[in-house]
Amino acid sequence: MATLTEAPPPLSPTAPGKKPPRKRGRFTPYWLLLPGILWLLVFFALPMIYQASTSVQTGSLETGYKVTWHFATYWDALADYWPQFLRSILYAGAATILCLVLGYPLAYLIAFRAGRWRNLIMVLVIAPFFTSFLIRTLAWKTILADGGPVVGALNSLHVLDVTSWLGWTTGDRVLATPLAVVCGLTYNFLPFMILPLYTSLERIDGRLHEAAGDLYAKPVTTFRKVTFPLSMPGVVSGTLLTFIPAAGDYVNAELLGSTDTRMIGNVIQTQFLRILDYPTAAALSFILMAAILLMVTFYIRKSGTEDLV
Amino acid sequence: MITVTNKNTDNSGDVRLAGISKTYDNGFTAVQPLDLTVPQGSFFALLGASGCGKTTTLRMIAGLEEPTTGTVHLGDQEVTRLPPYKRPVNTVFQSYALFPHLDIFENVAFGLRRRGIKSVKKQVEDMLELVQLGEQARKKPHQLSGGQQQRVAVARALINTPKVLLLDEPLGALDLKLRRQMQLELKRIQTEVGITFVHVTHDQEEAMTMADTVAVMNAGRVEQLGSPTDLYENPNTTFVANFLGTSNLIEAEVDSKSGGEIVLKAGGGKLVLPEARYAGPTTTGGKVLVGVRPEKISLAHADEAGEIPDGRNRITGKIADSSFIGVSTQYVIDSPVCPEFEVYAQNIDRDDRLVPGAEVVLHWNPAHTFGLDAAQDIDAGIQEEATV
Amino acid sequence: MALVNWLKRHFVVIAGLLTLGYLLLPNIVVTVFSFNKPKGRFNYQWQQFSTDAWKDPCGVADMCGSLSISLQIAFWATVGATVLGSMIAFALVRYRFRARGTVNSLIFLPMAMPEVVMAASLLTLFLNLGAQLGFWTILIAHIMFCLSFVVVAVKARVMSMDPRLEEAARDLYASPVQTFLRVTLPIAAPGIAAGALLSFALSFDDFIITNFNAGSTVTFPMFVWGSAQRGTPVQINVIGTTMFLVAVLLVLVSMVIGNRRNRQKA
Repeated sequence: MATLTEAPPPLSPTAPGKKPPRKRGRFTPYWLLLPGILWLLVFFALPMIYQASTSVQTGSLETGYKVTWHFATYWDALADYWPQFLRSILYAGAATILCLVLGYPLAYLIAFRAGRWRNLIMVLVIAPFFTSFLIRTLAWKTILADGGPVVGALNSLHVLDVTSWLGWTTGDRVLATPLAVVCGLTYNFLPFMILPLYTSLERIDGRLHEAAGDLYAKPVTTFRKVTFPLSMPGVVSGTLLTFIPAAGDYVNAELLGSTDTRMIGNVIQTQFLRILDYPTAAALSFILMAAILLMVTFYIRKSGTEDLV
Repeated sequence: MITVTNKNTDNSGDVRLAGISKTYDNGFTAVQPLDLTVPQGSFFALLGASGCGKTTTLRMIAGLEEPTTGTVHLGDQEVTRLPPYKRPVNTVFQSYALFPHLDIFENVAFGLRRRGIKSVKKQVEDMLELVQLGEQARKKPHQLSGGQQQRVAVARALINTPKVLLLDEPLGALDLKLRRQMQLELKRIQTEVGITFVHVTHDQEEAMTMADTVAVMNAGRVEQLGSPTDLYENPNTTFVANFLGTSNLIEAEVDSKSGGEIVLKAGGGKLVLPEARYAGPTTTGGKVLVGVRPEKISLAHADEAGEIPDGRNRITGKIADSSFIGVSTQYVIDSPVCPEFEVYAQNIDRDDRLVPGAEVVLHWNPAHTFGLDAAQDIDAGIQEEATV
Repeated sequence: MALVNWLKRHFVVIAGLLTLGYLLLPNIVVTVFSFNKPKGRFNYQWQQFSTDAWKDPCGVADMCGSLSISLQIAFWATVGATVLGSMIAFALVRYRFRARGTVNSLIFLPMAMPEVVMAASLLTLFLNLGAQLGFWTILIAHIMFCLSFVVVAVKARVMSMDPRLEEAARDLYASPVQTFLRVTLPIAAPGIAAGALLSFALSFDDFIITNFNAGSTVTFPMFVWGSAQRGTPVQINVIGTTMFLVAVLLVLVSMVIGNRRNRQKA
């Protein structure tokens, strides 16, 4: 790389493994890395340590907090808030599956069937990104409003009877139910599913479909045996990009849900910003982080695409 | 037509490599200590299969790679530790490395501008004229065909009137017909500007067509250095014999010596090898590899064996395969002394009896026989050519 | 039967377009309701057509102020994250050095971390340090979470760049600095631009991390959040619609320019 040389006499050629002559550019990578890495260390890694420390402190706002290695905070937090944890995982999981089911056909459409409309559809997928997601989430309040056309239609098709029986909705309402929250989560993170899916589908050589067809595969078989396996990297990164933020989200649960749909994000937010119980909030946040990292690691191992990032 | 002529006879364009070698951090030695002098104004080719160290050698001359040992001289100036932008050397890169964000004019002007030359217009236009791209000056590289891009790469390097022009597989990305055309074109430009050209290639035909001197490299070493004819007619090693064209190699044993000729036993028969064409020891019973090129051999049907003049080397065998190429027919002969003996026969008078299965006699002038040290791998250099 | 076959054949197109509709429906609602004249404080039910909000977009107290704060933060966060992130990306692609794996995980982790976790831990840090929450703490946080995205975007571009281009520049008398300015930087520019654009969008739209670390400063997303509790002015929809239209327009214009370039190519 570096060619700026004031090199000492060269080493003997029979000494493999010895360092090449010293170069003036040797420290360049470190200077390039330093500011950014320092930023991440101080404002990302260090806060994690502070948070870990806070989670084992006891005390109160008035008297101040001290590290007392009070691990009971973790047990108490889990005991008090396990329903919210469970709900977060369930809602995020449901939203992820919905995103995959809804996003795959659209990604496939853009990659293989859109022709000259490809760019336009791409724009329409990305453009909503640039409208504040809070405004768009609030729009769902209008769309799912009680007595609105959507609810009316679902009601007359008796869909709501089924979902109520399943516990997803309550009575004639969609708003303020788990269904509304999952619907909002799905909507918010759908582009994070579509883009990686599209990227990996687009790399697939269209002739593979023809080859599969030529080798007696029906379209469904072609999809199952060729297209889907080849799009696995997109599926894996798409599900991760959807699941992780969805599990930590509290905006949808707050705006579209009720007190019965509170997710762990809501709890952390309330503990931190309103109740000001910092140890509990820190412990919850730590449990969430650990749970997600564990699940993600397990999932990446399972799906065998470790070189995804 | 061209303003960059440099036909002086001084040695400022000599490239002298002394004891130069390259060992990478991982311990891999790409180039073994090597001495090489390329005289001013010559067209020099480094020929070898991929991974033989030819490109590394070139990059050390360019300054893109720092030698582990040894020195690089351009004329009388030592440039071993000089960064590439301070060396009077320019390179035509493999797949050209044209700057995609600059148009053709700016690509060609790049070197001049970096050296602080303000009025480049005239020079660039002349240079584009030389490579017949005057019309394309304002196009971007990706808008040109492969052959045009190649000429831009040459123009971009030549405009700086370097003392040495380095070419790293410059024709590798072109199709066969265009490659032949560009070979002649490059040769013409070199004659016109008189700059030393060092050309790296894996294509033996390309090296032989273009270069005055060819160095055949293998596993980080120069196997043999010489003019194309010399290399072809007198290979020193089995690698060179097999890598440059095709050679039939026969394992033989020294029988006797007389009057500048070595008589060898191979199978049941005897072969004659001029002493001048074998450098190894000739003690009786010693092993020798006898080589002969396929086009030097005549083919006769076994029925006419009696008509072959005396004094020619002869071998009997059976035709295993024949393929009609047009100008010639290529035969593969199954012979007791050599299982796949190749013979190229000109299609002057075709003998209809020469079909697979026919018994034949091969015969050639002993002067066309060369001898190689039998301690070498008889198949060296064959695989490499097949893979490129 | 014919209908079933037709549905079968066009299944992908139908399903894809339905999803697209799902994606765009809220934007349509936002646009339509920007012409609403609601009764009461909330703009959730259609009453009657009106262009009042469009005539007076800044007619709501504090809204345009928060918009301006958001734009400023997004601008500086973009600048900071793009500079720092590009430097890291160049170091990662162009140099070999120790601790490469550690650096890679440090880049990856912020993207794999739920926002609420980063938000909470950063707040813990600021509280412990006794930092004054506000504009600067928001900016620090935004640069932090945008950085990784810039690294990824720039890295992809620099990695796909032929290293021979830089060698060619040096061979043609360009010093290391000239090589960087004349060749490396222009070729990496699209990646840097993509990273910057993403940073701007992420920073401008961020709510969760901002909400934790803003103190009494109110950004535009925080204003919207607050109004969801107090009452949603129609002007929010005006801003939302304008942002959507500007984004579509910008992308379309850049695509038209790109197409024209492509056509020149052919």
